[in-house]
Amino acid sequence: MIKHQVYISPSEVLVDGIPLNHNEKDSALLTELYRNHIGDYPKFFKMDTLSKLGFIASELLLNIEGNRDFEPREDRAVIFFNRNASLQADTHYQSTIQNPENFFPSPAAFVYTLPNIVTGEIAIRNKYFGETSFMVIDDYDEKIIMKNLENAFQDPITKSIIGGWVDCSDEEHFEARIYLMEND
Amino acid sequence: MIVCVAHNIISPLGSTSAENYAAVKSGKSALRKYEGLWGLPEPFVASLLDRKAYADENHTIDERIVIDSISNALENTKIDVTSKKVLFIISTTKGNVFLLDESENGFPKERVRLGMMARQISKHFGNPNEPIVVSNACISGVCAQIEAMRYLESGEFDYVIVSGVDVQSAFIVSGFQSFKALSPDECKPFDANRQGLNLGDAAATIIYTKKDEVSENEWIACRGAIRNDANHISGPSRVGEGSFRALKVALGDLESEKIAFINAHGTATSYNDEMESIAIERAGLSSIPVNSLKGYYGHTMGAAGVLETILSMQAVDNHNILATRGFDTLGVTHHLDISNQNRTTEKRAFIKLLSGFGGCNAALLMAKGGLQ
Repeated sequence: MIKHQVYISPSEVLVDGIPLNHNEKDSALLTELYRNHIGDYPKFFKMDTLSKLGFIASELLLNIEGNRDFEPREDRAVIFFNRNASLQADTHYQSTIQNPENFFPSPAAFVYTLPNIVTGEIAIRNKYFGETSFMVIDDYDEKIIMKNLENAFQDPITKSIIGGWVDCSDEEHFEARIYLMEND
Repeated sequence: MIVCVAHNIISPLGSTSAENYAAVKSGKSALRKYEGLWGLPEPFVASLLDRKAYADENHTIDERIVIDSISNALENTKIDVTSKKVLFIISTTKGNVFLLDESENGFPKERVRLGMMARQISKHFGNPNEPIVVSNACISGVCAQIEAMRYLESGEFDYVIVSGVDVQSAFIVSGFQSFKALSPDECKPFDANRQGLNLGDAAATIIYTKKDEVSENEWIACRGAIRNDANHISGPSRVGEGSFRALKVALGDLESEKIAFINAHGTATSYNDEMESIAIERAGLSSIPVNSLKGYYGHTMGAAGVLETILSMQAVDNHNILATRGFDTLGVTHHLDISNQNRTTEKRAFIKLLSGFGGCNAALLMAKGGLQ
C-alpha cells in the first residue's frame, strides 16, 4: 500500500529510507532542499515553516514517483497529522498584536495560523482537486495515522494519498514523515 | 447506516438544541456591536457567550462548553463513554489560542496545543482513547462528521462523539479585521449589500453510531466529501471548483427534488457567497432552496458545521426551511432560491455545505429515515 516515503528532521533527510546529502540544518535545510531539488516555485519563500516542510517533503515524494505532468486530478488526497498545529505561525501572529503601541496584524501572517494551509499549498502546486484534511493528536501515533489514512479510501474517488505526519514548533524543531499510498 | 443518536448546541441563544432551534425559528440573533472589547482598536459585531457564566478553574471556556455540550447530548442515552469503543473527535480551528496572550496565566500554556485541549475533554469523561482533533479551517465541523462516518464504517468504534467548538478572542477578531472580512453591522448573507462576516462563540455536539436497520424518524449521515479548489490559500475558486466537486459527491445519484434545502456556508463575504452560487448552479441545484444561518450566530468556525447540521435536522423535523436572517435582495450573479422568511417543506433530506481557507470545501448529505 505504501509506495514511497520521505522523512525530514532538522538534521536528516531520508527518501525511501536512503539518506539524501545536504550541508545545512534547521530551516536553512529546507531552503537548501528547495534549491537543489525544486527551484521553480518561488511561492516557497512566502510560506511559513510548517508549509515549507510539508511542501518540500511532498515534492521529494512526488519526484520519486516521477511523471510529474501537473494535470488536474481529483483522485489524490492530502491528509496530514501533527502535534503543534500552526503553533509557530500562531506565536508569530500573537507578537503582532501583543502590544497596543505596536499593533500591526497582517493577513499574510494570519492566514498561516491555520494548520491546513500546508495541504492547500500542496493541492495548488499539483492541481489536486481531491480531499485535503488536517488533524491533530497530542503524540505521534503511527497506528492512529495509518488507520485514518486507510479509512480515507472510503471516499468514492480517492485512489491515492499523500499523508502522514508534518509537525513544526519552531525553525529548529520539525519533523515530516509522509507517505505516498495507493488503494489496493 | 450512520445514525445520529443525540445532539446539543451551546450558544448565546441557548444551552440545548431545542432552545437554539426555537430562538432561530422566531428570528432571534445574538449578534451585538462591541467597542473596545479585549483592547481591540476597532469595534466589531459578534455573537458572544457570557464568559463569567462558564468560569471554571480547571477548564478553559472552550473546554467547559464542549464538556457541557457533550454531557447534555449524552443525557438521554445509555452510552458508556469510558468504553474503548467510543471515540471523541473535536472540531476546532483555534481552540485555546487565547492562552498565547502574555497576560493569560490561569491555565498551563501547553493547553494551547489542540491535542492537549482535547485530552482535557476525553479525560473528563474517562474515555481511554486518544481524541482526534480536526483542524481544517472553517470546514472542520463537516470534516469531523465525515471522519466519524469512516471510523464507524470501519467497525473500529461503536460510537463517535463529534463536538465542534470555537470561542472568539483578540487573536481571531484582529486576524479577520486585518483581512477586511468583518461586517461593520449584522451580516447579510447572499445580499446585494453584504459587507462581510460576523464571528461567534459556540459548541455543538452530534453523537453517531452504525445500525443495519433504521426507523423513518432517525437521521442518517449518508455521504460526505471534502474537495480542494487548488487555486488560492485565502480566497475561494472563481468557478467554485472544490465546492462543486464536493456537492457532486454528496448528491451522488439522489434526485435533486428529494432535497429540502442546501444549508450553505453563506458567511456574507463578497467572495464566499458568490462562489457558492456558482458551485450550486454547476451542480444543477439552482432550483433547490438555499439558506444561511450566519445571521443568527455569526461564523462559529469549528462549531459551524456541527451546529448548522443540527439546526437543519430540526428544521426538516418541523417541515421548515429556516429563514436567511439579514438577507433582502439577491446579490450573487447566479440564481439562488433564498428567503428571509421561514418556509415549509415536506422533503426529508438536506445538504450542508462549507468552505474555508486553504481552498478546502466540504459537503454532507443528511436524510431522515435514510435514502429510499
